[in-house]
Amino acid sequence: MYSEKVMDHFSNPRNVGEIQNADGVGEVGNAKCGDIMKMYLKIDDGIITDVKFKTFGCGSAIASSSMATELVKGKTIDEALGITNKAVAEALDGLPPVKMHCSVLAEQAIKSALLDYSKKNGIQIKGLENFDPNEDAHDHGDHE
Amino acid sequence: MTRQIYMDNAATTPIKKEVLDAMMPYFTEKFGNASSVYRVGRESKKALDESREKVAKSIGAKPKEIYFTGGGSEADNWAIKGVAFANRNKGNHIITSKIEHPAVLNTCEYLEKEGFEVTYLDVDEYGLINLDELKNSIKDETILITIMFANNEIGTIQPVKEIGEIAHQKGIYFHTDAVQAIGNVAINVEELNIDMLSLSAHKIYGPKGVGALYIRQGVKVHPYMHGGAQEKSRRAGTENIPGIVGLGKAIELATNNLEEHNSKLLKLRNKLINDVMSKIDYVRLNGHPEKRLPGNVNFSFEFIEGEALLLSLDMVGIAGSSGSACSSGSLDPSHVLMAIGLPHEIAHGSLRLSLGDFNNEEDIDYVVENLGIIVNRLRQMSPLYEKVRGNA
Repeated sequence: MYSEKVMDHFSNPRNVGEIQNADGVGEVGNAKCGDIMKMYLKIDDGIITDVKFKTFGCGSAIASSSMATELVKGKTIDEALGITNKAVAEALDGLPPVKMHCSVLAEQAIKSALLDYSKKNGIQIKGLENFDPNEDAHDHGDHE
Repeated sequence: MTRQIYMDNAATTPIKKEVLDAMMPYFTEKFGNASSVYRVGRESKKALDESREKVAKSIGAKPKEIYFTGGGSEADNWAIKGVAFANRNKGNHIITSKIEHPAVLNTCEYLEKEGFEVTYLDVDEYGLINLDELKNSIKDETILITIMFANNEIGTIQPVKEIGEIAHQKGIYFHTDAVQAIGNVAINVEELNIDMLSLSAHKIYGPKGVGALYIRQGVKVHPYMHGGAQEKSRRAGTENIPGIVGLGKAIELATNNLEEHNSKLLKLRNKLINDVMSKIDYVRLNGHPEKRLPGNVNFSFEFIEGEALLLSLDMVGIAGSSGSACSSGSLDPSHVLMAIGLPHEIAHGSLRLSLGDFNNEEDIDYVVENLGIIVNRLRQMSPLYEKVRGNA
């Protein structure tokens, strides 16, 4: 069902934890659906220098969070915003269709943390104008 | 190599050696069609009759009241649809519960589309139906009550005898899905007022793809399969003799070993429950504390998700099951956990460990030790646990 990469990131998740005084913190999902992702970002001069996550969810949700943190680390804000759920899933060598919502949640967690950063710093980030962190991604549907 | 511990016996069981040994000749040298008149056919017919006697004896029925099927789901389908369509002139109302196996629930849903009315009884926090609610649900049009003997997820055992009494006082047929109960609970269909009972071989160390339906003599039920005259023309098709022999042997062993089996499993089950509840925080035992199957344990571990728990257990060689939504690919956790009133977030963290004859105390110790490590690891990753620790 899961690729070796998913199982690797599930059993040895990278960047688990919290960042004290993080520059941006985002939490998406809800317990009712069985998935919550919380992402912490440290941003220096527009570069994501550190990232941590905590996830309540299935194997795919944990692996997606772990992979998303690996993908955003060292990236600029713009580059991080360009990381789609598809990129997360591809980096994991694919997810079962019913689990694609986990990668969507990972994409939303990044955006949510960046939105928090933008609010804390009173800046506008292009690409987040219409982003709603409370939007439900848990439809087990056909996201790409 | 990692130790392998199988604790999903409610899903299926391995075939016992004695069962396999009994079946083997019927694949090769005793391969005859039970409907044939020559010796090899007569051998199969004899094996068929003997197995029917064994199944009948195990539940206090007459051999002619036992019909072999392709498994428990087929038996459930036959009982419910068979009674519904054969008794439509009497009424179109069926009563069942919200925590039945999908073989019952989906059959009832199908019948609703065919114009039948179905009442789905609620259950309490332990998974028990309310007998007063059952009585109050009965109408003049009620033709069938179908309530499972014991639940496959939380192990709760229903007051079957009382349900049967209520049904019979009103002249209504009572069917019970006893797939999980057979081999774990002493069953006598006469004493328990049961008109129809479904059972399956692969839950009692027998082969997959074979089961039986007990139909009390005189119960009006439509045939399940039309064709030849097998199973008194009620379930056509050449009999699966090796499978039926396996079922006969498995049920004979289960009945003969019931006391020993129960006493062993009860001890292991109670140890598992006590050890987990005393060593791990924020755990809830689902199902009835006493009226439950001897091998069934169902926990909810707060702040973590069941599929992650299952995958982690599998990595240390432990096989269990979960009612979490993410393990099934649906949006909601199991209908059983929802029916007993668990909040979604708690139901998502469920784990069923169903014990069997091949488990021992060392298995329990290994599972408890690893469960503690895994639950702790997943909770350290969980933002929900972080909140609780923050509030502590």
